[in-house]
Amino acid sequence: MSLAFDDYGRPYIILRDQGQKKRMKGLEAYKSNILAAKAVANTLSSSLGPKGMDKMLVSPDGDVSVTNDGATIVEKMEIQHPTAKLLVELSQSQDAEIGDGTTGVVVLAGKLLEQALTLLDKGIHPLKISDGFDRACDVAIKHLETISEEIDIQANEHEALIQAACTALGSKVVSKRKRELGKIAVTAVLDVADLARRDVNLDLIKIQTKTGGSVEDTRLISGILIDKDMSHPQMPKEVNDARICLLTCPFEPPKPKTKHNINISSAEDYKKLYQQEQQYFVDMVKLVKASGANIALCQWGFDDEANHLLLQNELPAVRWVSGTDVELIAMATGARIIPRFQEITPEKLGKAGCVKEVQFGTSNERMLVIENCQCTKAVTILIRGGSQMIVDEAKRSIHDAICVIRNLIKDNRIVYGGGSAELACAIQVLQYADEVSSVEQYAIRSFADALEGIPCCLADNCGLNPITSVAQAKSRQLKENNPRIGIDCMELGTTDMKEQRIYETLSSKKQQIQLATQVVKMILKIDDVIAPDDY
Amino acid sequence: MDIVGNVLPQVLKDEATEDKGEMARLQSFVGAIAVADLVKTTLGPKGMDKILKPTGPGQEMTHITVTNDGATILKSMYVENPAAKILIEISKTQDEEVGDGTTTVAVLAGELLREGEKLIQKRIHPQHVIAGWRIARDVALKRLRDISTENDINSQEFHDDLVKIARTTLSSKLITSDRDYFADLCVKAVLRLKGSSNLDYIQIIKLPGGTIRDSYLDDGFILKKQITIGCKRRIENAKILVANTAMDYDKIKIYGTKVKVNSMDKVAEIEAAEKEKMKHKVDKILKYQPTVFVNRQLIYNYPEQLLADSGITVIEHADFEGMERVAAATGAEILSTFDAPERSQQVLGHCDLIEEIMIGEEKMIKFTGCKKNEACTIVLRGASTHILDEVDRSIHDALCVLITTVKNKRVVWGGGNSEMQMAAACEEEAKKVQGKQAFAIEAFGRALRQIPTIICDNGGYDSAELIQNFKVELQKGNYTCGLNMTDGTIGNMSELGVKECLRVKEQALMAASEAAELIMRVDDIVKCAPRKRERA
Repeated sequence: MSLAFDDYGRPYIILRDQGQKKRMKGLEAYKSNILAAKAVANTLSSSLGPKGMDKMLVSPDGDVSVTNDGATIVEKMEIQHPTAKLLVELSQSQDAEIGDGTTGVVVLAGKLLEQALTLLDKGIHPLKISDGFDRACDVAIKHLETISEEIDIQANEHEALIQAACTALGSKVVSKRKRELGKIAVTAVLDVADLARRDVNLDLIKIQTKTGGSVEDTRLISGILIDKDMSHPQMPKEVNDARICLLTCPFEPPKPKTKHNINISSAEDYKKLYQQEQQYFVDMVKLVKASGANIALCQWGFDDEANHLLLQNELPAVRWVSGTDVELIAMATGARIIPRFQEITPEKLGKAGCVKEVQFGTSNERMLVIENCQCTKAVTILIRGGSQMIVDEAKRSIHDAICVIRNLIKDNRIVYGGGSAELACAIQVLQYADEVSSVEQYAIRSFADALEGIPCCLADNCGLNPITSVAQAKSRQLKENNPRIGIDCMELGTTDMKEQRIYETLSSKKQQIQLATQVVKMILKIDDVIAPDDY
Repeated sequence: MDIVGNVLPQVLKDEATEDKGEMARLQSFVGAIAVADLVKTTLGPKGMDKILKPTGPGQEMTHITVTNDGATILKSMYVENPAAKILIEISKTQDEEVGDGTTTVAVLAGELLREGEKLIQKRIHPQHVIAGWRIARDVALKRLRDISTENDINSQEFHDDLVKIARTTLSSKLITSDRDYFADLCVKAVLRLKGSSNLDYIQIIKLPGGTIRDSYLDDGFILKKQITIGCKRRIENAKILVANTAMDYDKIKIYGTKVKVNSMDKVAEIEAAEKEKMKHKVDKILKYQPTVFVNRQLIYNYPEQLLADSGITVIEHADFEGMERVAAATGAEILSTFDAPERSQQVLGHCDLIEEIMIGEEKMIKFTGCKKNEACTIVLRGASTHILDEVDRSIHDALCVLITTVKNKRVVWGGGNSEMQMAAACEEEAKKVQGKQAFAIEAFGRALRQIPTIICDNGGYDSAELIQNFKVELQKGNYTCGLNMTDGTIGNMSELGVKECLRVKEQALMAASEAAELIMRVDDIVKCAPRKRERA
């Protein structure tokens, strides 16, 4: 960091440990920030679109993951540059809010920054640039809404939803089975959706993974799968017409939280205590049994003796069920979670058609399935695949698809993919630019160029000539006044995305453009970076 | 610095690296192919074994493993290359899912990538390669299913098939000379499970000494434990109580209890009470009227003596698996409380004879004529522990394959027959497909054909000639032909009796193509900075 000196040659100390800090300011800071952010965007840009490639990421502990999901890539890259980290957060907020389009948003931000860099070189003030971007963003969003179309999600066995899911899955490694997986995702979401309120609680869809088999073997289970087995090897493996008692207290002698001592001072005491202890278990089992339950699921462990008493009383039980599973089961079976044995009543039991143990492969691993729950509100998607990496990636992909479907149920407006929506917005923004008389005009025009960057990038990834194909699509959009002309990534012979049925949700697109613009504005406002030297 | 001379700010952490495009692809190809080449020589009946030596101070020469099993080799290797890790991962999954074909799956994935690399060099985009592979895989899978046959589970043919499959699996292992013997042994063990797929019920006991031939399948069930001293060594018509209960001293489980006394007398009193409590427990156990008492936990001298006095044979310290097996074999219930002697009929296990036997130098307990005859024991003998470990792995493979076959029932011809047929199907398909994908489909076929080629090479035969002849035979419509690895000719598989389980082949094909696709799609490898570890 540069030091300032007074008349006597003494340095002004402004910051603590000033000598050991690095400082960048002015144009240098802008450029360095932009370049760092662009580097991240460049890494992601080859993952965009149906023919995008994957990234292989090796964690600090040497674990390998292969993924196409933008949010996962930037998260696992362990980026340390402060401005580049803003892009990581950008991708993650898209993931949290929408769940899909996490790659697109970063690529768009990258393109915007690229444009900003040339504008800076022209000597335009950063704030003017961000103002321009802001105005252009509003125009683009408005235009998106005008070109969006409402779709009927019920029609034709939810065909539109399946298509949208397929679009989301198309870029992933599971794209070969996108139709099957899309259907699974749609059925899963519709099973748990509250169509009247247009809301979906995604917690009700459990995604369980299991290596082995292949992606085709992925299936939807209308019920809950838990990775546990019966507490005693000789308990029945199948309980029909189950009345489930959901416990969050252990089958063990109670441990009061207050600190206490029980002193044994005579043989009498000793015997009494022993009897009391025996009585605990008998009472516990009796209480469960008395309520009419025929299976007990417990969040905690069992004492050996209690376990055997359960077996003896023909009450199958499962121990160490995870907290999230307990909640899920409660929702699905209509059971109440019971924290104390004394509070068990028949009304608090959950009901399910069948609880049974299933087995996979030769490795002797068993899981429990709870089927036909009283309020079939929860479903499980069991993902299979040849290796851990595939299974993990399939899980991320299905999550994306589920999010898209959820968004469509919330808001059934769509725009068409293949870069067509971005192109249409670009044309609109460009028109608007000419009407602006101030310096912002240049920024607005650059915004349009950045939007065009998305179809360009798509075309590039698909092995098409980016400039020719974007130019063709643009001129056709203008000539035919058809905002659905995009890039024919799959080489199906048509550039009309309506015919190709590439659906993207309006909310996702809107969010992408807004978030990217916001982050770019933020980066453009930084004119001074102070960091410790060894950073 | 980038191309135009701008200094790029550092985005990733200090020791992190990022490889892009061709470099990334090169790195993953090299890694994956290297791993595949490493296990390649173990493939087939003439495949060689590997010695695995553990690293770390002081253990250089101890615990070495000699093995032919792909999964074991790959599991024990420490690799850094991420693509190589994916191959190891699929081999592991194959092991868990079907138990055999662990080498095949890694080699097939490696060969696919080798072909893929050539295509990339021809400037074909990876996505086109993948598109072609997907078509090829479906075609191959369809052909594989078409050529498989199914027999009724109770028929003699099915039984013969099982023996043949076991023989094929074992032929690449150390015990290939005794494969008939072991094949028979494995099939008998699996058939006793009566369709259940729980391998836990087949216990494998390894005892050094004797020769491999001395191994046998015991009708009864053997527990690797000893009968406590002072008890009867031979019990006929035994009634067995299997328990999991504390018989050392019964702790009071109520939290926070503490013994606090003010005189010696009291201590004696409590001691007496403790003793009485134990006696009480023993009395309760006695009410069940068992003749044998098996406990998972330790039994102290006092209760042991009480039980022995009542003429009950006591077996302590049976581990959890052993106890579960005893329970399964004799039809007993595992007890932890003893308050319902009226249920004694239901909870006691039963077997005709329990006796202590000597195998080699070790004493064991043998249960014959059990009520439920599901559990059984394979006793393996051999010159050294290394041999025994390898035989154990081989038998495990065979058992897994047999169980999978019993579940799936479909079989295909071995000796490279299925791979060659799948390759032929790919080639036929390639002629019909338009576009660049056709190259990838052909490549898929070539990769499949590499499996029999490697088997030939490992046997020291002229693979080029043999594989060509093989192709011609198939073309002629001789659909049962395959490699005869004893003579180095093309033989008739139905005469030689070489069969394989369809499920194993299916899983290998799927997993290998999925993994190859996964690696092919990568165009960027980011390695994070390794976590700094504190030196202890």
